[in-house]
Amino acid sequence: MMSAFLEVIRVTGHRSINAVWRIGMASRFFFLTLVYSGNSFRRFHLIVKELFSTGVLSLIIIVVAGLFVGMVLGLQGYETLRRYGSESALGSMVALSLVRELGPVVAALLFASRAGSAMTAEIGLMKATEQISAMEMMAVNPIARIVAPRFWAGVISMPLLAALFSAVGVFGGYFVGVIQIGVDEGSFWSQMQAAVDFRDDIMNGVIKSVVFGTVVTIIALYEGYDAPPTAEGVSGATTRTVVTSSLAILMLDFVLTAIMFRGT
Amino acid sequence: MERTTLDLWVGIFVVAGVAALTMLALKVGNLGTYNMSETYQVHAYFTNVGGLKPKASIKSAGVLVGRVTGIKLDTKLYEADVEMSLDKRYQFPKDTFAKILTSGLLGEQYIGLEPGGDSLMLKDGDQIKMTQSAVVLEDLIGKFIYNKATEPASTK
Repeated sequence: MMSAFLEVIRVTGHRSINAVWRIGMASRFFFLTLVYSGNSFRRFHLIVKELFSTGVLSLIIIVVAGLFVGMVLGLQGYETLRRYGSESALGSMVALSLVRELGPVVAALLFASRAGSAMTAEIGLMKATEQISAMEMMAVNPIARIVAPRFWAGVISMPLLAALFSAVGVFGGYFVGVIQIGVDEGSFWSQMQAAVDFRDDIMNGVIKSVVFGTVVTIIALYEGYDAPPTAEGVSGATTRTVVTSSLAILMLDFVLTAIMFRGT
Repeated sequence: MERTTLDLWVGIFVVAGVAALTMLALKVGNLGTYNMSETYQVHAYFTNVGGLKPKASIKSAGVLVGRVTGIKLDTKLYEADVEMSLDKRYQFPKDTFAKILTSGLLGEQYIGLEPGGDSLMLKDGDQIKMTQSAVVLEDLIGKFIYNKATEPASTK
């Protein structure tokens, strides 16, 4: 009885130590990435190459998802606003929800599952096939050569993708609301412009997406770099990347929203 | 992939992203429509501001001329002191009348300015003397019921 109880306590302690250990290692990894980033900016073509695989290849999923999210917002928003006779506020509703929340958050979730998982798998496989050890043997710093370019590619492409998502979403809402249903076009755009503030709404959305980009990329890179060098280890690390970064995005979104939009 | 094609695609991606951001700023946001470059501050006392909020618009003849920058309670007069910043391009006479109006039945409240006939113009830091407070719905309903009750029962 007593020993079973002690065992439970011991397992809890072990898990806590592990969690703290992993957070510490991830922070150290993040710090090292920042330290070695200077080199990767000097060799910018490395970042460009990663921008292609994280940014350009995510374009299609982001644009299609943005279009449909905007269209659904247009439909649902119209159905609800119609009850209060304020269909003309559809534009501001669609634009505010996209620019403040859905743009950064959904784009980041898609980015985590599209680009983050690919990054983890790639680096995990590099480690499993001992390419990283080979680099170390050749006195090439793997963090400067592999991790830092991917990190900056993620941080740069995330806000661009989120902006694209919001812009396409606004057009989706416009398409359903104005062209299909027939909300007045003038009031759609003018109410939107009256409600959306550049600094308070758009820039805060951009800040959110930069934060999400940083967090998702660093989680993906760390999980890949830390993965056990086996097929099973890489698959587990990929799963953990998607789960951890999705949860991190949603929690951080709450924190950032509470800081940015409180009292306005 | 060839280096130049790669560069081209990344270039397209970056340009598209920046274009989307610019479009959001200009077409969706208020950066393109209203840019107050130079402003001057005036203030006014209202007995009741109703639902007026900071950043509410100030209109004259329906045209946006400024924004409310702050609302606070003056503890000497127990009236609301509303700070406004108006665009330098629009000058108003000293005897301008400021009203708190509502756009639509349940819409946002804003300040409407009706210029008077004074030849002197409002300067930075001046006070608008003539004001009309917000209409409070409860007071209106109260007055309406009171009037109904005091009406002589003429229909019988």
